[in-house]
Amino acid sequence: MEPGEIHALLGENGAGKSTLMNVLYGLYQPDEGEILVDGKPLKLKGPSDAIAAGIGMVHQHFMLVPVFTVAENIMLGAEQVKGGIVGFLDRRRARREVAEVSERYNLRVDPDAVIEDLPVGIQQRVEIVKALTRDVDLLILDEPTAVLTPQETEELLAVMRSLKAAGKSIVFITHKLGEVKAIADRITVIRRGKTVGTASPEASRDELAALMVGRSVKLTVEKQPATPGKPILQVSGLVVDDDRQVRAVDGVDLTVHAGEVLGVAGVQGNGQTELIEAIMGLRPTLAGTVTLDGQPIHGWSTKKVLHAGVGYVPEDRSVDGLVKEFSVAENLVLDIYDRPPFGKGLALKPDAIARSAKERIEQFDVRTPSADAAVGTLSGGNQQKVIVARELSRPLKLFIAAQPTRGVDVGSIEFIHSRVIRERDAGTAVMVVSSELDEVIGLADRIAVMYRGRIIGLVGPDTPREEIGLLMAGITPDAAGATPTGGAAGGPDAGTPAPTPESPGNEDKA
Amino acid sequence: MTNSHPVSGSPDKEPATEAAQAEVAGANRAATMNAPKRPDEPRPSLGRLFLENLWAANTVTVTVLALLLAMLFGAVLIIVSDPEVLATYGYITARPGDALNASWTVVSEAYANLFKGAVFDPDATGFQAAMGPISETLTYTAPLVFTGLSVALAFRGGLFNIGAQGQATMGVVLAAVAGFALPLPPVVHLIVALIAGAIGGAVWGFIPGILKARTGAHEVINTIMLNYVAVYFLSWIIIQNGVQNPDRADAISKPVDSSAQLPRLLGDDLRVHAGILLAVLATWFVAWLLNRSTLGFELRAVGANPDAARTAGISVTKTYVLVMAIAGLLAGLGGSQMVLGSTANALTPLVVAQIGFDGILVALLGRVKPWGVLLAALLFGALQAGGNRMQSYSGISLELVTVLQALIVIFIAAPALVKAIFQLRAARAARLQTSLAKGW
Repeated sequence: MEPGEIHALLGENGAGKSTLMNVLYGLYQPDEGEILVDGKPLKLKGPSDAIAAGIGMVHQHFMLVPVFTVAENIMLGAEQVKGGIVGFLDRRRARREVAEVSERYNLRVDPDAVIEDLPVGIQQRVEIVKALTRDVDLLILDEPTAVLTPQETEELLAVMRSLKAAGKSIVFITHKLGEVKAIADRITVIRRGKTVGTASPEASRDELAALMVGRSVKLTVEKQPATPGKPILQVSGLVVDDDRQVRAVDGVDLTVHAGEVLGVAGVQGNGQTELIEAIMGLRPTLAGTVTLDGQPIHGWSTKKVLHAGVGYVPEDRSVDGLVKEFSVAENLVLDIYDRPPFGKGLALKPDAIARSAKERIEQFDVRTPSADAAVGTLSGGNQQKVIVARELSRPLKLFIAAQPTRGVDVGSIEFIHSRVIRERDAGTAVMVVSSELDEVIGLADRIAVMYRGRIIGLVGPDTPREEIGLLMAGITPDAAGATPTGGAAGGPDAGTPAPTPESPGNEDKA
Repeated sequence: MTNSHPVSGSPDKEPATEAAQAEVAGANRAATMNAPKRPDEPRPSLGRLFLENLWAANTVTVTVLALLLAMLFGAVLIIVSDPEVLATYGYITARPGDALNASWTVVSEAYANLFKGAVFDPDATGFQAAMGPISETLTYTAPLVFTGLSVALAFRGGLFNIGAQGQATMGVVLAAVAGFALPLPPVVHLIVALIAGAIGGAVWGFIPGILKARTGAHEVINTIMLNYVAVYFLSWIIIQNGVQNPDRADAISKPVDSSAQLPRLLGDDLRVHAGILLAVLATWFVAWLLNRSTLGFELRAVGANPDAARTAGISVTKTYVLVMAIAGLLAGLGGSQMVLGSTANALTPLVVAQIGFDGILVALLGRVKPWGVLLAALLFGALQAGGNRMQSYSGISLELVTVLQALIVIFIAAPALVKAIFQLRAARAARLQTSLAKGW
């Protein structure tokens, strides 16, 4: 890192960007290797060492106390006191510091505003001010734009430029190509924990995308060509808001046929999660229709959707997929406990549950000490197998899997993939949503790429990954000037103008 | 069977890793305390395992030790509160025997009376005298089982029901009114009165339940507020025409008809009544509901992870409402016994005593498990019954019993404290603590 440089760290989800930066900030200890600051090796025992060495970090998830004011949050951890041992908090001084820093770097924040009343973009600014008051020279921003609206992103980039002008170095972690090209001086691409290349911002998006998605590791999935049948899931004109009432899905049309796998690719946070949650009845649909086998299912309760023959592997298994305190057997019937043979009326049939658990554990090769072990004690891969086993243990019309192999070891990935294909061959319509491009390409018979709440392209699995990578970054073949391949079928929104590199957030979604 | 897979994924999200780290930390601590243990040690014998388990901070050990600690503190309080014994400490350097003797006498006598009042008096002659203490204990136990189950059930569903007191109060009001206002034949009358009490409690539980489900209003605040409403409703209804006893000027209602009273189990001179049988039945029912029913499955899933429950198609809001209604129903039944049993037969402003609040303690002491609640209620009932005798025979105030109860629960709720005092090996205490704190 040079002084006054913005260094972008680019990579897919789970590539190891955040881990590396947590090591830099002293949150994790390195197993091997060393960190050099000003040519001297540095041993960081914790964040306070890092701050002392002039390294500050703004986390992806803010570390602010919601009920404190801006000034209080900023002095937290380095409280200034006056009055000797009585130790009154020197609020005035804290406020003055905040005012000074925001003046110097043109970061406007109101020191007396309470954090929870502020929009996310301003909260992030508070985090930056907080780091700056500690006199840091190197600022790490961990996916700062993931939670921001386009306008807020624009403002953040302006802030970063002014910091750079003031001689601060910035490490900017992201997986959004447009932002990188707009601001970075130097780009390092990380994939699967390794540096795979360094590039200058002049490098074309194609080059960056190729570096980022990579070509080396290919998990091939053994499968026959699909034999698609009648359409099972039909989504048309679907509009859904996210938790912040910001439009997340903006008029999506898609169809999944029986006996095919539709892969939905896209950088995380482009509406995939909300799309699936809306289909599953977990999130209200604002407009549009969802039909399952000809029957409209939008507005149905989750239970009704599940009972209609939909299997669902949620994105975040530890939050939405499993009850960690429950046994493996109980988790295996988490959404079918009330149907025969497991439940009859009000009574649960523990024998039937235990018997079926034994079968599933064997069938799906779940490595567990016993069916009664709490599922939280299992490894990630085995936890995921429990969910997959549960969802595939009943006749399905539609199987939706979101990030089915995130945080799962290689052996389990292969197993889960083969199960997904087997389900497809049995005539189920399958929808796989993943931010791992390898996974989507390996599994899917057709790939829909989502970008900013829309399907930006619908392509075949033989499409070069660079082209899909570009689509994930919001660049359609026409706009980028690339030749569309034979497998590419223009999606309904293929004509959406791609943002220019200089202004990555020019599209108003709200 | 060992897991041949390497643990994958991000380490900070792996729950197993955290547990493993805790284990490692515990092992490290043990290693620094004792001689370092060699990893290739031969397998310990069964007896050794038993001893180790006994000394590990498991539920039973912590509970027993908490009891012991509480009694130790109680002993100090007994000594300090007795002026004569305290006087002997004035010349402890000259004649330490006096002080020790006096202390031992007063403490041992007090605890002996506690035991005699609660369990068995060796000097008692005749069936009635021999069974007296047990009868008293069971009489106090019965309503506590209900309120304890009420709190425990809500807790398992992820809700902190502070409102058992209010629910019991509404229960006692409706049960009493049904008990004296309805002219019904004996058995039917009792059943109707119990149902009325159950409904009163259920409604009082349903209100915070629906508020939580529909508006997200916190059940702790709402149940506390409804406690006040219930208490003053009771005070108000007692002095209304048709409710107040016409022969009395003070705040007391008409007595419940004998046809609506719970039958006594061991003759008219012993107070134990059929309420304790209902309590056992209710415990069995709640145990079945939690572990063997679809509703219980939903309830536990919602309590442990509402997000996963919702994703699995369980209606979280419906579950919240149902849980609170059933919890209220149980508390209402407990309250009903305060007027349909042998404790009282008419409403007074203090007729419910503290059974709702004690129910919270009972539920925590019973580790929010149905049969645990039954045992905890038995202990609290015994302390109450024994405390009465301790007061009249040893002149030690009944409040000491309340202090003892409180101390026991404090030590239970702070397993780390007990662990530290007795240098127990780190085991599951941390998990225990979180389970108790999770309601918030």
